[in-house]
Amino acid sequence: MATKDVIVLADLLGTNKKIASDIRTELERRGILAVNLLSSPGAGKTSLLEQIAVRLRDTAKMAVIEGDIETERDAERIRARGVPAWQITTGGACHLEAKMIARVLPQVPPESEFLFIENVGNLVCPASYELGERLRFVLLSTPEGDDKPKKYPKAFTTSDVLVLTKVDLLPYLPFDLEKVKAEALELNPRLQIFVTSAVTGQGLDELIAFLWRARRDLTARHA
Amino acid sequence: MHELSIVAGLFETLSAQARENRAARITGVTLRIGRLSGVVPELLESAFDMYKKGTIAEAAKLTVEVVPLRVRCRACGAERGVESYVFLCAACASPDLEILQGTEMILERIELESDDA
Repeated sequence: MATKDVIVLADLLGTNKKIASDIRTELERRGILAVNLLSSPGAGKTSLLEQIAVRLRDTAKMAVIEGDIETERDAERIRARGVPAWQITTGGACHLEAKMIARVLPQVPPESEFLFIENVGNLVCPASYELGERLRFVLLSTPEGDDKPKKYPKAFTTSDVLVLTKVDLLPYLPFDLEKVKAEALELNPRLQIFVTSAVTGQGLDELIAFLWRARRDLTARHA
Repeated sequence: MHELSIVAGLFETLSAQARENRAARITGVTLRIGRLSGVVPELLESAFDMYKKGTIAEAAKLTVEVVPLRVRCRACGAERGVESYVFLCAACASPDLEILQGTEMILERIELESDDA
């Protein structure tokens, strides 16, 4: 009987990273700005996307991929706003993986300008999986509490944008907006922060302007 | 709880390695897991033990080395460990930090056994 030691040095997420990188290359070549949205369940990802849809649908071509464990409900909400949407049901998995996006991608119109991918509601696991996005948004809603960034650091350190949602509820909640911003910036000084409400519309025009700037940067790089 | 799907991917690599090296069994697996990798070593160990039954790594011992988070400041060059997730340089307060280690999730090495002499 012979024994031997083999040094492997393989990235455990290498397969996912490779697929994500191929998706990123393809989307950027087509000029599609892809955004991966992360948050815990109920933070308002779909409500934010509905509001983005209302503000972008007349001037831009956007598409949405919805990730959930079960049901077609979120995709139906987006379609009701006149925007094409595809539902991925993971059947139990707590996050989307790049190979799931690769399967849906052929259906996304090639002339799209924005592709939003709503991840499974979970502030932990989705943070480890690149999906080929150009930008990662993490949403935090005021009822969840202002202590979340330090408790779930990876979602905040790997994101480009923090969207604080449901700020219309601030008068009723012990939520310290400035503390959250300061703690999130300690985790990730490059984080851009938007303070929003899908009910009052606060902060949404700024977010839309940011999305257009990001898409211009993308197409300028690939012109 | 995405540890199980990570372990499923790990086993694909393990069986490919065993084939390539004409091994009969895998007796040891060493992973290097960063503190900010997003996985919990204990859960990886349970997932590994659950998954290995009936595979070529059935008798394998899993070793998980946890890698602390270290950063280097691009402004002043200072290097240090990060304990409290404050990503500002302790020397010059610059936010322009490069993560040197602590986010990885790596299959470092395996021990194999073959039946031929």
